[in-house]
Amino acid sequence: MNQFAWLLDRLSYEPSRNNKLRLMVDFFRSTPDPERGYALAALTGALSFQHAKPNLIRALIATRVDPYLFGLSYDYVGDLSETVALLWPTPPHVDEPGSNESPLTLTEVVTTLHTAGKLDLPKLIAAWLDALDENGRWALLKLITGSLRVGVSARLAKTAVGDLGGKAANEIEEVWHGLRAPYIDLFAWVEGREDKPDATDPAPFHPAMLAHAIEDKDFAVLNPADFTAEWKWDGIRVQATRGLEPDGSMAIRLYSRTGEDVSPAFPDLVETLATFPQQRFSLDGELLVVRQGLVQPFGVLQQRLNRRTVSMKLVTEYPAHIRAYDLLSLDGEDQRPLPFHERRQKLEAFVVEAADARLDLSPLVPFADWDFLARARKDPRSAGAGADAEAIEGLMLKRSESIYVPGRPKGLWYKWKRDPFTVDAVLMYAQRGHGKRSSFYSDYTFGVWRTDAEGTGLVPVGKAYFGFTDEELAQLDKYVRNNTTNRFGPVREVTHGMDGGLVLEIAFEGLNRSTRHKSGVAMRFPRVSRIRWDKPAREADRIETLEALLRVS
Amino acid sequence: MDLGKCLTLAPEGLYCPSGDFFIDPTRPVARALVTHGHSDHARSGHGFVMATPETLAIMAVRYGAAFCATRQAIAPGEQVLLGDATVSFHPAGHVLGSAQIRLAFPGLTIVVSGDYKREADPTCASFEVVPCDVFVTEATFGLPVFRHSRTDLEVAKLLASRALFPERAHLVGAYALGKAQRVMALLREAGYDRPIYIHGAMERLTTLYQEHGIPLGEIRKVTAAERPKLGGEIVICPPSALQDLWARKFPDPVVAFASGWMRVRARARQKGIELPLVISDHADWEALCTTIVETGCSKLLVTHGEADALVHWARNLGIEAEPLHILGYGDEEEAPLADEAA
Repeated sequence: MNQFAWLLDRLSYEPSRNNKLRLMVDFFRSTPDPERGYALAALTGALSFQHAKPNLIRALIATRVDPYLFGLSYDYVGDLSETVALLWPTPPHVDEPGSNESPLTLTEVVTTLHTAGKLDLPKLIAAWLDALDENGRWALLKLITGSLRVGVSARLAKTAVGDLGGKAANEIEEVWHGLRAPYIDLFAWVEGREDKPDATDPAPFHPAMLAHAIEDKDFAVLNPADFTAEWKWDGIRVQATRGLEPDGSMAIRLYSRTGEDVSPAFPDLVETLATFPQQRFSLDGELLVVRQGLVQPFGVLQQRLNRRTVSMKLVTEYPAHIRAYDLLSLDGEDQRPLPFHERRQKLEAFVVEAADARLDLSPLVPFADWDFLARARKDPRSAGAGADAEAIEGLMLKRSESIYVPGRPKGLWYKWKRDPFTVDAVLMYAQRGHGKRSSFYSDYTFGVWRTDAEGTGLVPVGKAYFGFTDEELAQLDKYVRNNTTNRFGPVREVTHGMDGGLVLEIAFEGLNRSTRHKSGVAMRFPRVSRIRWDKPAREADRIETLEALLRVS
Repeated sequence: MDLGKCLTLAPEGLYCPSGDFFIDPTRPVARALVTHGHSDHARSGHGFVMATPETLAIMAVRYGAAFCATRQAIAPGEQVLLGDATVSFHPAGHVLGSAQIRLAFPGLTIVVSGDYKREADPTCASFEVVPCDVFVTEATFGLPVFRHSRTDLEVAKLLASRALFPERAHLVGAYALGKAQRVMALLREAGYDRPIYIHGAMERLTTLYQEHGIPLGEIRKVTAAERPKLGGEIVICPPSALQDLWARKFPDPVVAFASGWMRVRARARQKGIELPLVISDHADWEALCTTIVETGCSKLLVTHGEADALVHWARNLGIEAEPLHILGYGDEEEAPLADEAA
């Protein structure tokens, strides 16, 4: 555990990719199996522990430290694992680095966590925390809560493994899906001691093809006749793949855009895919929530995202759906070398044959020229999108002759997103950020003017925490510190009124009615698009501006 | 005596109505008592300044000899009567010349700590516990996550890195007054006997320390031309210089920073620090709590820093406690991008 903690510590401060690589290669070279294999699993995000949740860590620290002091500390440090590692009372024998002869290994931690019952965990983890030094505690907590964040991608870790034996990262990727921690066979192969592990994945991930944002100048050179158009759906990109295991059983996986297997979060879709008459296939499409035939806005879909497991209640209330737009493989045949229009034909046939309510086609938008599409983009409803218009965030343009190319090839696919809405709002409160932004006042609550029985005042309409550059963040942070009028724990109230205040131009994707917010509206994806140092607060927008948008958006 | 006649909070800072003077005022005033020479506490332009001889010397180096109209040096423990207040200065262990200020009134004793630390420091006199009724403390590191490590272990980290990367220059960011000289002295204590290189901005204060009899060994100012040749050497510079063009002329520099803030990873990463050294000139959480108890105070006022946690802790002990949130102290310490005096 100490070696692993040391590696994480070094990686977390090391800015250079090459030096990170060197640190990992040295580690893999000098650390024996299975310890290094579990480290690789941790670095590639392949470990997850069902019962070790942040809440368990919070409960543990609450037994050791005054909860109020913990709260202030967490707010300051901005990272749960680090806060607890720093606050955990150290037993006297592990005060000095180097004197810590703890026999605890990463292997022991991982295997114990996989087998231990939920009720045993608090005692177990507390004992480990007692035994480790501060750095070890930090690494342990990062590991079990599943967020290392040391600036190493899974790809970089695999590159390091490859470097042990002069193999490219792609060679590691080819066998990766069939391998499991602690990767004894992988290391043996890379180090030339054994043959390449057999790891043909029956339901592999196909790296996704991505689109470029279209620019005004592109329209002059692109021929509309070469392209087909579809709506750009506001869900999440998924790849639904089904294949056969060597023993004849079904392998079904739902991959995110980056290749993460998200099937455990969508048992309803997995069940659906299992009933299709087709045996082996891979579909590319958008995951949406559809109720009574209506696509729900992204805010609804969000209820089902970022979960490792899911309750029956969620499955019933937020039924998942796939709107397919591409066919990547069928009956073991790679479809990607076919041009888009041929794949599309096969896809249409596929959807008809599957005949399932949870699967439909992303319809094409017929058009003759770019002007027509420009109008469709502004008003999808009028261009045939009907009631689904709310779940549309623009258009996709795909070259009909384009084969399916992984990555973001030039000139083949374009996205033409709807323009964001903007509003000029006044900064009202600021809160310190987390993670990279820890200690910066980087979360901004802003408001617009409203007149009611009590007079005219600012009513908060949203919160934004990105959209600005690092330099602007430093300016905003300084502004907040110099214009604080009140403090509420982690939140600072900032000068705001008719006679003073900072105007922020806020861009957002849409507006929902909200009963939770005093203003009655909730913004989607709000971000700071400009800081209006020049604009007096009294000239910021009024709530009526937003209410008008509510009717059209 | 009523506390309101002895010490109040004015826009300029802490004020003693009875003696008509301010303590560490943040803007120019007629009469100022100054705890130590850091720029957020010691400003120029006051009419009269009372401080330790070392602090007066530091102010003269920083602002020129005419930093105030009249001045009075006060020795540690010496008593001076100002109005009803018997004023005395006592070592605070923060930087050279740093002092706590004790104000004794009939029936009421107040101690204003200024900035302080409890750890031994070869470059200044050690903190002295001064019993009082009202203790006015700082709380720069007033959160229980701040437990400063042993400084000898932090210096060992620096020397180990130098041994690991003998071809690279080690740039150590350190505040020009106090921290820089302390790092030099700690390196000497650890047996490091090579010349220590410094950025030009530190020269005058470092010389002042040496003139006050603090042995720092051979100190050399870095010249522009020799920067590329300083592989393997330790160079101390102001934190702001670390991100400067100035720093890039050294051979593949390892960027280190000596500060209590280095306790928190995100602080180090935000500044692009590869080698964080937890060396602080302020009391950590344990030291703040210990000191409050040792003064025997029944009332605690917290001038600046992370006041909320300390106030909460003190109230749980039955000590009456209030945060003062004085603006202008340590603001540059809290802002993660600015130069830090901690």
